[in-house]
Amino acid sequence: MAEGSQSKMNRATLWRWISTLGPLFGLVLVTGLFALSEELRPIFFTGSNAKLILTQTVIVAIGALGMTMVIVSGGIDLSAGSVVALTSVVAASLLVKSVPPVLVFFLTVASGALVGFINGTVISALRMMPFIVTLGMMGIARGSAKWLGNNQTVNPDANPLNRIMEPVNPLEMFPLPMGVWIAIGLAIVMTIVMRKTVFGRYVFAIGSNEDTARLCGIPVQRQKVLIYTLAGMFFGIAGLMQYSRLTQGDPTVAIGLELEIIAAVVIGGASLNGGSGSILGTMIGALIMAVLKSGSSQMNWPTYMQEIIIGIVIILAVALDRLRQSRLKA
Amino acid sequence: MAPPRLRMTNVEKAFGATRALRGVSFEVAPGEVHTLIGENGAGKSTLMKVLSGAHQADSGTMEIDGEAYIPKGPLDARDRGIAMIYQELNLAPDLSVEENIVLGEEPCRMGVIQSKKRRAMAEKAFAQLDHSGFSLKTLVYELSIAEQQLVEIARALIRQPRVLIMDEPTSSLTQVDVDRLFQVINKLKAQGVSIIYISHFLEECQRVCDRFTVLRDGASVGTGEMASTELDDIIHLMVGREMTEIYPHLDHSIGDPVLELKSFQGRKKPESVTLSLRRGEIFGVAGLVGAGRTETLRACFGLDKISGGSIEIAGTEKAVGSPRDRLRQGVGLLSENRKEEGLLLNQSIANNLTMTRFEPFTKMGFINGAKQLEGSQAWIEKLGVRASGPKQIIGELSGGNQQKVAIGRLLHHDATILLLDEPTRGIDVGSKAHIYRLVGELAAQGKAILFVSSYLPELLGVCDTIGVMCRGVLEEVRPAEDWNEHEILSVAVGQEEEK
Repeated sequence: MAEGSQSKMNRATLWRWISTLGPLFGLVLVTGLFALSEELRPIFFTGSNAKLILTQTVIVAIGALGMTMVIVSGGIDLSAGSVVALTSVVAASLLVKSVPPVLVFFLTVASGALVGFINGTVISALRMMPFIVTLGMMGIARGSAKWLGNNQTVNPDANPLNRIMEPVNPLEMFPLPMGVWIAIGLAIVMTIVMRKTVFGRYVFAIGSNEDTARLCGIPVQRQKVLIYTLAGMFFGIAGLMQYSRLTQGDPTVAIGLELEIIAAVVIGGASLNGGSGSILGTMIGALIMAVLKSGSSQMNWPTYMQEIIIGIVIILAVALDRLRQSRLKA
Repeated sequence: MAPPRLRMTNVEKAFGATRALRGVSFEVAPGEVHTLIGENGAGKSTLMKVLSGAHQADSGTMEIDGEAYIPKGPLDARDRGIAMIYQELNLAPDLSVEENIVLGEEPCRMGVIQSKKRRAMAEKAFAQLDHSGFSLKTLVYELSIAEQQLVEIARALIRQPRVLIMDEPTSSLTQVDVDRLFQVINKLKAQGVSIIYISHFLEECQRVCDRFTVLRDGASVGTGEMASTELDDIIHLMVGREMTEIYPHLDHSIGDPVLELKSFQGRKKPESVTLSLRRGEIFGVAGLVGAGRTETLRACFGLDKISGGSIEIAGTEKAVGSPRDRLRQGVGLLSENRKEEGLLLNQSIANNLTMTRFEPFTKMGFINGAKQLEGSQAWIEKLGVRASGPKQIIGELSGGNQQKVAIGRLLHHDATILLLDEPTRGIDVGSKAHIYRLVGELAAQGKAILFVSSYLPELLGVCDTIGVMCRGVLEEVRPAEDWNEHEILSVAVGQEEEK
């Protein structure tokens, strides 16, 4: 009997490892596949390419930090792409008005947080589906961005914020753009928040079973407002990165970005039913997509191939998740 | 002599090691209303599932009008003339009455619905009920529960059933609606439809049924004419068991009241509960399913709204309170739905145990994981939870071990008032004994326990005081030694005391 439960436990541990390492394995696999091509190998495995991939991941990755929290809590935020566009226009407009860059940074993040706060408040107070509320907000934020930018791009003069995503020396891996370090730093902070704090435990509890969370005295509605507000903050930071990358505020940028962000979270092992997911997985998920994109464009594959491949990867990742869950039920 | 409409002989059914049915036999004549009586868990629902084709019997025979009846599934059962009306209504609320009645039986030609024929079918079914309160075009969600039930019955009549099963048809009806339903039943009876009527309310059965069969522990133990049998005798048949299990008795003394309810009322249920729970007391709440016991606990704990009366915790009025407030006031609730509500199934034992009170392991909002595991391990050992360790996912444990963790959460929270809703439901005997002992120990420590259970022997064995609920009202409270199973059931089924 003791032996039986021992082997059962080992199997459980094994599965936990597989589900944690799954995304990492996927990343190695994808990179390895591109390495098979002899013409690609010399360009693909260079510091400058690594820098390119990392830089391209920053916006999706920072957005995905907020989205992971939302999805683990059993929700969804479809307004992410629009909020990135809106906040990038907010940043540019403030810079045009000669507001000091440090203040611009904070105001931009705050504007993202405000949108998230509205999302969270409506979802909690009216007990509405996050899908619907954030779908509405997707339009509202996009429209506001266009309104604010008078339907065109906003171009401020050179300023320190333009340099966050600047490659400095494109031929060398280091120094990495500041944006990459910011993303890594935020990812570490979020890992700690999700794993080590009461707040993080509550996020998992609500996503795992909202009724139980309520039974356990967790202030579910207040917590949801906090979650969406924090997520909005991350989208605001992503919006700053978006601004810095283009050095202009573009109200029509980042269309469909929310789906890319959600894909990163899902590939990273989070369940859309809530209750499971990890920051590390999400980051790897974001990287997998960036590597796929970069690799296929360097292979001169048409963009439609990229889209098809990424689509297949998403389905495969979720199939693995289903398999894991059906095992848990058995 | 004509064969009976339905005859079941020695029907048996087991689920794994549990023998849900251990030999049930009964007969129903054409045009007879026959009631199946038994306590919660006596096997009524399983038996009806076997009859309506949802389960296959392991052994035994069934006959309809003298022909062998072995349903392959619910559809087959329907074709053979068995119709069932569930306690929970199964209607499509956004469709009209007419559409609901013919749902799945739509008359059509090449995929196009023949609306005239459909109307005729629905009208014919409705005519049998002789009811004219609402039009066939009304959308179902606009109807009252009683009217919806009529629609459900009409739907069953479309197929001209030979046997109509009604499971607790009156549980959510008002007295007037009940009378109306009985008229409908009598009409159907006159048309030769046999009805199997399942209800907890014996007096209703007495009014509308011709004969009865009593089920106990999965076996039919008695059958007879309703008119010539005293309710007392039926209750005696329902109880019929000896107190064989041993309940540990731990000395504990009862102190001052800590939870007082006065004419306590929830939104739908309970209608009126007045009780006083004292320090060190185990207060049992008996009653049938739907009597409002769970709702009382939920309203106490702030999960449901309170709509009347008062609640005092430790001597002060605490009218409004969320579950969070209640936990702070030292009240803990054990949910009857361990899987749906009680536990975070995909989370670790440690998280489930400590979710309501992380404080011992936290500093400025950061959780010390090692400390949390250590604290959880201590509970695992104290409660005798069989698990590989505090990190194990709770969904992997057996029901009994899950329940120990769920109770452990209340202990870790150090709740002084414990509201336990069916704490031993669905767990093995060993774990039950463990929980009985634990409850005794808690009382000895001075905790106050409200113990809701449908299993009378455990209430009588464990509790100091027992109150019985019937139809949303806490009817009577007495010390446990002044009750016996028979008397509890009499009050629970709404039988008037004869003194």
